[in-house]
Amino acid sequence: MHYTRRPAPEPMKSTPSIRVQNLTRRFGAVTAIQNVSFTVDHGEIVGFLGPNGAGKSTTMRILSGILSATSGSAWVGGVSVAQHPHDVKRKIGYMPENNPLPQDMRVVEYLRFRARLKEVPTKQLRSTVEAAMETCDLARTARRKIIGTLSKGFRQRVGIADALLGDPQVIIMDEPTIGLDPHQIQGIRRLIDSLRGRMTVVLSSHILPEIERCCDRVVIINQGRIVAAGDHDTLREEFLPGNRFQVEVEGSDAALQAALRTRGIQVELLEATPEQTQRRSLVLRTEDDRTHGVVLLEALQSAEDCRVHSLARLKPNLEEIFLAATKRSWEETIETPRQSDPSPAQPSSTSV
Amino acid sequence: MLLISPTTYIASFLFLTLMGLLYWIILSGMVTTAQEELPAVEFFKGFWIPTFFVVPLLTMRSIAGERSHGTLDTLLTTPTSRGSMVLSKFAGAYLFYLLLWLLTLGFPLLVAKFYPAAAASGQLLEPAPILGSFAFIAVSGVLFISIGIFASSITRSQLVAGMLSFTTLFVVIVGGQQLSSLTPSGAGLSSWISGTIDYLQIFNHLDDFARGIVDTRPLIYYTSLGALLLGMASLAVEAKA
Repeated sequence: MHYTRRPAPEPMKSTPSIRVQNLTRRFGAVTAIQNVSFTVDHGEIVGFLGPNGAGKSTTMRILSGILSATSGSAWVGGVSVAQHPHDVKRKIGYMPENNPLPQDMRVVEYLRFRARLKEVPTKQLRSTVEAAMETCDLARTARRKIIGTLSKGFRQRVGIADALLGDPQVIIMDEPTIGLDPHQIQGIRRLIDSLRGRMTVVLSSHILPEIERCCDRVVIINQGRIVAAGDHDTLREEFLPGNRFQVEVEGSDAALQAALRTRGIQVELLEATPEQTQRRSLVLRTEDDRTHGVVLLEALQSAEDCRVHSLARLKPNLEEIFLAATKRSWEETIETPRQSDPSPAQPSSTSV
Repeated sequence: MLLISPTTYIASFLFLTLMGLLYWIILSGMVTTAQEELPAVEFFKGFWIPTFFVVPLLTMRSIAGERSHGTLDTLLTTPTSRGSMVLSKFAGAYLFYLLLWLLTLGFPLLVAKFYPAAAASGQLLEPAPILGSFAFIAVSGVLFISIGIFASSITRSQLVAGMLSFTTLFVVIVGGQQLSSLTPSGAGLSSWISGTIDYLQIFNHLDDFARGIVDTRPLIYYTSLGALLLGMASLAVEAKA
């Protein structure tokens, strides 16, 4: 190992972009994160979710080299963050929470300054800055505007352009869409989508529908520990097993239950909302994954006095998965093997 | 940020106004009574007046401002080293400080232009004391600005940084002076204590430099202490992200 100015050798594409193992960080008596481990492959877009105070920002700051960890290790592009912090910083573009920007500089001035700080060679400075501005749609009207006069959406784009400068391998963004209106959020989402495959993106956010739409995988952290990691389907099976159906029926509940029981279908009534006269909208959950809508429909139609107006399969969205995952008691993390329990997660004694 | 923020220009304006006034007072004093010292030497003897407010104003927002804005985080994620970051903040403030002092050269030049008779006597623009005193300003400036940068690096609030640098400068400049007057004449202080106190006498350094005696001991005092403070500042930036 030699400590020259040359960066560490580029690993093959099979090396995970980010690998975190048993990362712990304490601030005095408070443990911000404990034994956090996850992996992100090249080109993936991963959402990093968690309630406020869960440890998302701490983890991201350790990865980008601002903070040091109390114990554990992290590798970015195969390079250890603790041992080669400068090499790691060359591979990372970071956008902190609240996107701090100097209010008095112009957009293009600021980006040129940042490109010089990131050791972009002087010959490529202009083209790098132009490329970043093109990707974030800043090249035309917003170039020479003073940053303090820009709207929030434009400022976020300047922050993202800054993170993109120099084509880093990994981009880490802490809440990039906070405070934006839905149009702007869509714009940022399209931008992030365009990065898929080229670079690895780690986003943290509270806007779950957006995370659901643009992220390949999700890592959920709660009270300093990872409680879930995986793509949408894996998480759904883990936290909200079974199928859910929304039915609009006219008739009595008892008859419904009886009919279903005779067919041997175990259901659980999650919600009942009265719609119009006589009609009710029910959300049923079947434990068995194999129960399809057809079977349920037949069963319901066979019930006496029961008329089915509509039947739809409900796919739980990320918000429900998130709420189910973060309801768990903090002792149960992704490492401990989970016993299969037919009922949904019990509300823990510590409220989230 | 230094050249963009209005605080810098307010500091410069106050500095030049104050020093201009001081120069005028010195010159009018020379008209009434004969003075021993040249006006330039008298002028630089008052170097401590503007230093107390100019140095904190120039340096207080260097690192503390970045920290409170949050832009320190984005700076720390670049491959640029902490040392070069602190050094660049120092260099900006130091060069501006030197520039301000260089602008005070305008005072004797202005007087010489409007009163050529006075200039002909040769006392106004005597080069030796001016050069010597500027050398002192340049060397002591290393320490003063480093004090300001260090104070800025250990806190999040610009105000606290300003107060800290003001107080430290006060202790260093005036405190050293007072220490020497604490020793009653005749009382036998051990030689190494009196030696140390003598070493720290900033006004003696100024006198020496103004007379053209460039002693390496004050040079080393200022630059080594300045380097130490800048080193501590880079550690503080790393530790207190």
